[in-house]
Amino acid sequence: MSTRRLAENQPESFEFTPENRAWLDAQIAKYPPGRQQSAVIPALWKAQKQHDYWLPRAAIEKVADILGMPYIRVLEVATFYTMFNLEPVGKYYVQLCGTTPCLLRGADEIIRVCHERIGPQRQVTADGLFSWAEVECLGACCNAPMVQINDDYYEDLDAASFSKLLDDLAAGRPTHIGPQNGRLRSEPFGGLTSLTEFYGADGKSGPLSDMTAAHQPACPEK
Amino acid sequence: MLQDRDRIFQNLYGYGDWGLEGAKKRGAWDNTKGLLEKGREWIINEMKASGLRGRGGAGFPTGLKWSFMPKPDAARPSYLVVNADESEPGTCKDREILRNDPHLLVEGCLVAGFAMGASAAYIYVRGEFIWERERLQAAVDQAYEANLIGKDNIHDYPFEVIVHHGAGAYICGEETALLESLEGKKGMPRLKPPFPANMGLYGCPTTVNNVESIAVAPTILRRGAAWFAGFGAKNNAGTKLFSISGHVNKPCNVEEAMSIPFRELIEKHAGGVRGGWDNLLAVIPGGSSVRCVPAEQIIDCPMDFDSLGKLQSGLGTAAVIVMDKSTDIIRAIARLSHFYKHESCGQCTPCREGTGWMYRVMERMVEGRAQKKEIDMLFDVSKQIEGHTICALGDAAAWPVQGLINHFRPVIEARIDSYTARSDKDAVKVAAE
Repeated sequence: MSTRRLAENQPESFEFTPENRAWLDAQIAKYPPGRQQSAVIPALWKAQKQHDYWLPRAAIEKVADILGMPYIRVLEVATFYTMFNLEPVGKYYVQLCGTTPCLLRGADEIIRVCHERIGPQRQVTADGLFSWAEVECLGACCNAPMVQINDDYYEDLDAASFSKLLDDLAAGRPTHIGPQNGRLRSEPFGGLTSLTEFYGADGKSGPLSDMTAAHQPACPEK
Repeated sequence: MLQDRDRIFQNLYGYGDWGLEGAKKRGAWDNTKGLLEKGREWIINEMKASGLRGRGGAGFPTGLKWSFMPKPDAARPSYLVVNADESEPGTCKDREILRNDPHLLVEGCLVAGFAMGASAAYIYVRGEFIWERERLQAAVDQAYEANLIGKDNIHDYPFEVIVHHGAGAYICGEETALLESLEGKKGMPRLKPPFPANMGLYGCPTTVNNVESIAVAPTILRRGAAWFAGFGAKNNAGTKLFSISGHVNKPCNVEEAMSIPFRELIEKHAGGVRGGWDNLLAVIPGGSSVRCVPAEQIIDCPMDFDSLGKLQSGLGTAAVIVMDKSTDIIRAIARLSHFYKHESCGQCTPCREGTGWMYRVMERMVEGRAQKKEIDMLFDVSKQIEGHTICALGDAAAWPVQGLINHFRPVIEARIDSYTARSDKDAVKVAAE
């Protein structure tokens, strides 16, 4: 368990944008009538994204009002699930996986860079650009070590590539989401050992290879 | 060696088209109606005959699980819930299904949902998998658009598929915690009985299956139970996705036949152990929740449920975490203790207090700042957590520590000795915090 409390400085109010409110109504409709409480996690997540990636008390209460839930029930959810940031985070919020598979492949080095470049955990840099936290397994163990920055996974890191990534973000340059060492996904580095009949050893030369689809972003709006 | 044409996940690495057209080219959605027309009984019997055991870790026979669902009742709908809350350290296989071959899962939902008489499938994706969730949603949208699922679909079986997500809680991978979370509550596991097949989501009959278990179902039914049962040792049938991480030359996900020997799996796909086979220290063969196995025991062990069970470990999710001799094994396991302390939901006292206690003692053992009698005490406490909690998180927290003590006690003792020999140490007088 982890102790999580609401931030001391809270905004006065919170209101969903009309687009987000419409989105939320569509989410609620996915669940059977009377089961709108099921939408609480998606609702809080949307509120957090709208509010610079952290959840103020007013948003928690707003979600409770929309879903017809007592405030305490939504507060319980907001404090239980660790993806809800209850305090302000940097514009680029680095969640660093420190669990054993990443630890074995050099997460310590990435942590060292975070300390040097960003500072102590959970403190936003003076320019507001960065903050970081060590989190538990993010489920990309074959691409360790890795971090999640806001919505995006950056994998197969080392100290140099991670430093460069922070430089690029700070300078507003585009970054390459995913593995930083040339892999596409979680295939063995340097050539396929299976599925070669369909994709060739390089993945790109088989009858089923489709590099346009392979490079399609999963989030079309990004 | 498993032939490429016998692999179920033919777009595992995402080099092909993830969308509907690409999936159809690889054989998905091919005469799904024909499968459904063979009837519920036939599907469940085929699944039983295939020998498929649940891919989420526990290895419960999937066909048998489906057969527990009561007859459909108009007043009380049944649900299929797919557990895509993949958070077990070491495990990253479902992620590849969600983003590279999502139609296998969507089709599997329809087939499994039909077999158990469910009206809808809820797919619970872990919150951090934002891109994967978008990709799955895109595939679901394609399936609706092509009228493969939905109210009046071409399969004559009304069926909805809904993508839901969590927000960062490992415990929601436990099936009843997942249901609580899906109902909009904290993810705290429920007492069983009643089992979800009687009282699950919204109090209705529910079956919770892992992503991989559902995604392999249509292919098994199309190619036949005997085909699937032909791979692997008896009682450990089929092909399986292995996530190979840690100290190998080329970490990767790969689909292989069950019961493949450990050495062959690592040599063939992961480029061997870093520094050669003599450099192998230990392996955690099934995700963080199973006991580690020392090198000499695992090197030639078949990777399946029964063989690894005999080593007091388990296949779990087939997340193979390899550790070479440079590993500080005490620290590696202590980090897992931190994981379980962080992820305990806090409902049961043995787990809430025990995971924190074990972590604090483990942290001291990493330094060697402990007494040797505390090793037995730690083992004893882990035994008091195991089996005394509502869900299996308590067991999962205890097993890695037990595996460490069983196999690496001399390492812990040597660490304590070297700390005791230091001149700058603080004397350790307290047995335990």
